[in-house]
Amino acid sequence: MSLFTATELNEKNARTQRWVGRLFGAMTVTLITPVIIVLAMLVVRGSPSISWAFLTEDPINGMTAGGIFPALFGTVCIVIGALIASVPAGVAAAVYLSEYAPDNWFTRVINLAIINLAGVPSIVHALFGVGAFVLFFDFGTSILAASLTLAVMTLPVVIVSTRESLQAVPQSYRDACMSMGATKWQTIWGVVLPNAISGILTGVILEVSRTAGETAPIMFTGAAFFLPFLPQSVYDQTMAMSLHLFVVATQVPNVPHDLPYGVALVLIGMVLVMNSVSIAFRMYLRGRRKW
Amino acid sequence: MVNENPIHLDVKDLTITYDGVPALSNVTLDIRKNEIFGIIGPAGSGKTSFLRVLNRMDDQVSGMDFSGTVSYNGTDLKTWRNLYSLRRQVGVVFPLPVGLPMSIYDNVAFSPRIRGIKNKADLDVIVERCLRRAALWDEVKDRLDALGSLLSGGQQQRLTIARALSQEPQLLLLDEFSIAVDPVTTMRIEDVLKDLKEELTIVLVTNLVQQCRRLATRTAFFLQGECVEVGNTEDFFTGTVSDQRTRDYVEGRFG
Repeated sequence: MSLFTATELNEKNARTQRWVGRLFGAMTVTLITPVIIVLAMLVVRGSPSISWAFLTEDPINGMTAGGIFPALFGTVCIVIGALIASVPAGVAAAVYLSEYAPDNWFTRVINLAIINLAGVPSIVHALFGVGAFVLFFDFGTSILAASLTLAVMTLPVVIVSTRESLQAVPQSYRDACMSMGATKWQTIWGVVLPNAISGILTGVILEVSRTAGETAPIMFTGAAFFLPFLPQSVYDQTMAMSLHLFVVATQVPNVPHDLPYGVALVLIGMVLVMNSVSIAFRMYLRGRRKW
Repeated sequence: MVNENPIHLDVKDLTITYDGVPALSNVTLDIRKNEIFGIIGPAGSGKTSFLRVLNRMDDQVSGMDFSGTVSYNGTDLKTWRNLYSLRRQVGVVFPLPVGLPMSIYDNVAFSPRIRGIKNKADLDVIVERCLRRAALWDEVKDRLDALGSLLSGGQQQRLTIARALSQEPQLLLLDEFSIAVDPVTTMRIEDVLKDLKEELTIVLVTNLVQQCRRLATRTAFFLQGECVEVGNTEDFFTGTVSDQRTRDYVEGRFG
């Protein structure tokens, strides 16, 4: 028997590995199929209603016709507000937990609590937002209250993803930097954060997607059913895409069948645009920073 | 060959422990100014831990502690209040080049910048001087903005030496610097070290007994957490050291 003849064992291993490949491939297809169907239906049924007027005009005739501009604008405001509130706080908390906090039971309890916070249903966050921001801080139902509620809801995402990417920075970088006489903060600012930035942006991308689509937390805190003019300040209520979609899909009679599809398509397209910006930024930083 | 320079580091009864387990016990030796002091010994003998105490990086390793006294220019390291100022006087070169993920220029300018030098012209001067002294300037002068990672392994190690020099250190700690460097580059770096000796003190931890012989005026032999022998390097190689274990190690009979 030649040295290069496949043995029984070789063939068995090759068979196993082929089957594993097929099985996992099939699972991937199974998971991706619903996503593709949803997107395809949205594009096919939603695109006829999309026009420049649809994006830039107010809804008319009890929301059965016209555009969606106030909702579009409101969602952008709420998402930006939530990012401003949660990203700096979340990154700061993650830096503290990963770099400064002593490794003791208290820190571990906090870490556990943060992960649990991510599992709290969004309606609970909504009620918290009503109690804390709308009533206690007296912001009223407003963009500010809605943004802060969403910020609280998405903080765990930002903290966990930032902490993971901080811990992925090699310890040798910190040692090299510290042994040059850099303080902890100089090390974090000069070396650790620039290395972790792409992971942090991944967290931000996840947050944008979630914030733009959430309905429950903003229903009670700042989103209005129908408001055919734009908010004048952060203390005003606004329309929002996700709530508008819910309303035209279920609450208003005689809505043309394709209108909700159009709204959903715009919402997804908006998330895609916002994410593309951060993904492009992340790719740019990755190209520049890699050692 | 007796070195009569003033004492730079005076180590007395140094014992280093990790979570209470000793890694190096009862080391007593002194390192004089402007000498190259070699430390040889097999892996796990406590050489790196020793270096870590000299710039008080034990602070950053959880569970690491040391007893005994280490005096730096007469000041006890345990009573040194501002560890950042100590570390700025001590340059460190690690076994594998640890390039910070930034450009060649920024790597060398990092330490001056944290000392508060912001002026571009001043930084340019420092960067060029340090890269020249690390024998790297001619190879990188046209691409200072390139990432350090684009350099070869030997060039990266010279970059970390340039970075250590940018601290304007009084003491340079080299931890097996030639592990990832080809022999030709090693020789060039060794020549650099011989020149640097005129300006600063060098502690050279190495696995290469012959490298220690080429460079160090005095040598310590560490074995399994114990400092077996300290003496003039030549004595190690002429068989005049007292301990049989040292002779065996130097002559390659074990280790």
